[in-house]
Amino acid sequence: MVEVCIIFDKVRFEEKALYDKALEKGVKAQMVDAKGITVSTESKKSDFSLGDVIMQRSVSHYRGLYLTACLEFLDFPVINKFSTAEICGNKLVTSLALAKNNIPTPKTQLAFSAETAMEVIRKTGLPLVLKPIVGSWGRGVFPLRDEETASMIVEMREENDSPLSRIYYVQEMVNRPPRDVRCIVVGEQVVTAIYRYSGEGEWRTNVARGGKAELAPVTKELEDLALKAARAVGGGIVGVDLMEDKIRGLMVHEVNNTVEFRGAATVSVNDIPGAMIDYAAGVAKR
Amino acid sequence: MKKECQECGADISIPEDAVVGEIVTCPDCGGDFEIATKAADKVELKSAETVGEDWGQ
Repeated sequence: MVEVCIIFDKVRFEEKALYDKALEKGVKAQMVDAKGITVSTESKKSDFSLGDVIMQRSVSHYRGLYLTACLEFLDFPVINKFSTAEICGNKLVTSLALAKNNIPTPKTQLAFSAETAMEVIRKTGLPLVLKPIVGSWGRGVFPLRDEETASMIVEMREENDSPLSRIYYVQEMVNRPPRDVRCIVVGEQVVTAIYRYSGEGEWRTNVARGGKAELAPVTKELEDLALKAARAVGGGIVGVDLMEDKIRGLMVHEVNNTVEFRGAATVSVNDIPGAMIDYAAGVAKR
Repeated sequence: MKKECQECGADISIPEDAVVGEIVTCPDCGGDFEIATKAADKVELKSAETVGEDWGQ
């Protein structure tokens, strides 16, 4: 019997749902705390009891990413792969991967100093959106609506201790309705799609920011784009986020690695954790 | 099951279906604790990690 190992560092709704669903489906499952694992360059796969396939569910991006590197070194199949996690965990690298694969994506300009970031902002004109290249739940995402505020935010970023703060990711502000679309892609299947509406007094649509979920129809166009975007980052289990530009149509702006689906699960008619467990069991058998 | 808050001494309710790794919050002081171990009649808590810059999907 296949054994799925769910690696966590904080148990959320999603990890419990995956574990319960595995048991319900008769798939052997265990939950292992990432914080308790140590690996050495001399470690062997047989030193660990981590089942046949690992679902990497750490909430900390870097912990999940580098632990995945170690687990792949030991020849464990991990969902998602290190390469997928590395691309998805970085908005700059994701945007490049989407553009390289001809997937419609908001125009994003990249600058590597405060001076050139401000040059880009002045030359392009406002409004624009400044995003951190690593970060989630909409943290540090600023709509830039006037030059004075833009200059202050860039200055603030320049003074931040993190070297990543001094990489500037400046994106066009897409003319969209007050919602975006989240597609949950599992392998070659779009399991569900939801609209995420901004919470009250919020411009960002993240459910973590109070955004509300509503079921979205999976049109052929949406399905094709979501699958293309998932492939562009290396595939696996991902959350593809799209915006509906009023003229250009659907555009992919983000692909999420350790996809959260609590909001989607409340409205989806499909079994999201069930699809994920089936996929993991399939990977284990390959 | 109840557990005493390590910060303020208030009672923290541990849900029946809570699992190791889950976060519980003290209703009085708001302190977050991670369930470190759980047996039929015994739960151990430890201070939860604070939200990191790289947390999230």
